[in-house]
Amino acid sequence: MTHALPPAPHDAVETDVVIIGAGPVGLFAVFELGLLDLRCHVIDVLDKPGGQCAELYPEKPIYDIPAWPVITGQDLVNRLLEQIEPFAPTFHHQQLVEGLTRLDDGRWLVETDGGVKLAAPVVFIAAGGGSFTPKRPPLPGIEGFEGTSVFYAVRKRETFAGKDLVIAGGGDSALDWALALRTEAKSVTLVHHRDGFRAQPHSVSALRDAVAAGEIGLHIAKLAGLEGADGRLTDVRLENAAQGSFVVPADALLPFYGLTMKLGPIADFGLNLNENLIPVDTEAYETSRPGIFAIGDINTYPGKLKLILSGFHEAALASQKAFRYARPEERLRFQYTTSSTTLQKRLNVA
Amino acid sequence: MKIQVTDRAGETHVLDALEGWRVMEIIRDHGLPIKAECGGACACATCHVYVDADWQDLLHPPTDEEIEMLDTTPSVEPASRLSCQILFRPELSGLSVTLAPEDL
Repeated sequence: MTHALPPAPHDAVETDVVIIGAGPVGLFAVFELGLLDLRCHVIDVLDKPGGQCAELYPEKPIYDIPAWPVITGQDLVNRLLEQIEPFAPTFHHQQLVEGLTRLDDGRWLVETDGGVKLAAPVVFIAAGGGSFTPKRPPLPGIEGFEGTSVFYAVRKRETFAGKDLVIAGGGDSALDWALALRTEAKSVTLVHHRDGFRAQPHSVSALRDAVAAGEIGLHIAKLAGLEGADGRLTDVRLENAAQGSFVVPADALLPFYGLTMKLGPIADFGLNLNENLIPVDTEAYETSRPGIFAIGDINTYPGKLKLILSGFHEAALASQKAFRYARPEERLRFQYTTSSTTLQKRLNVA
Repeated sequence: MKIQVTDRAGETHVLDALEGWRVMEIIRDHGLPIKAECGGACACATCHVYVDADWQDLLHPPTDEEIEMLDTTPSVEPASRLSCQILFRPELSGLSVTLAPEDL
């Protein structure tokens, strides 16, 4: 059975390469593609570039980046952003890629949950461990309350005016929102598993004051269950050694446990997958679909090492083949940045 | 030297253990499902395990950094540890842990 492929939608933005993932490998791909004069759009679910390096370990030292005896995750990201600046990539942050569709002219249409539409002959998937999503408390039936009574972020403060709120977690998000929302909410109860908080010290002392003043309820307990029906929460069940199982009234629960990675919609792109990794060839790091490449931690091949430097190498080789898709009528001349004035002009140094 | 790991389906696996390896690395090397997404930097809490009561006192107590990172998993319990922060040594032969739920 054959299906007619769709044409590019009129509102799609055209580019040479769409890069999914703004981690170090996605960023370095902008550089390698830029040297070949290919334009890139970069999509990432986070609100900032850097991927894991920026989200999980910005302050941690990395010792195996060539020529950098030691560099932190965030400094590596900052250096890469400086290095790709001449190529002026377009970033689309806080966007989750939901669709990857072949077009009638052989290009790919990339669509995000925020309505971004990009048409390009080449897509680089540099999505690491997948997209960052909020950690979800393992409570039975929680899915049924998400979006109506359970929220992993505060989009509109008005939503919570006059409501009984339970906020869970011990970091800055949990404390900042507990302190902020106590003014308009009917009640705010903070739930944390221990009587200690990793949030900024000034937030912790503000919280202690608010608890002492009776403005915020504090329970050292764990979340044990949700009560309510049809997506409407009435109570959150808590549990601890001293009190056993008990409930606090709640119109909304805001769990703030940070982010974790999951593969997400990439699983539905029609690519071959091997244990949530994308198999690629080792000449060009291309997937089972022509023009779709996978580089960095998300790919797999014999001998694969999940190292940032492996991803950099993969980006360089994938870019060579990407050029053939994007500029089929041109010959690719291999040049060095040390000697080529063409490359130096692209880098704005000649 | 062995460790015993109970997976999320309740099945128990006895794994060969090597001195100096992190327990997370031993579990990962045997192909059991442990995300360990930060790679052992005590920066993500996705190598979270519950340590059997008999073994808790033999482990070095968690650092402040580990305690704070355990705050980021909603499945935290008194028996919780990050397996990337447990270095295997011969006295731990027989160590028994259970993989915590994935926070997805």
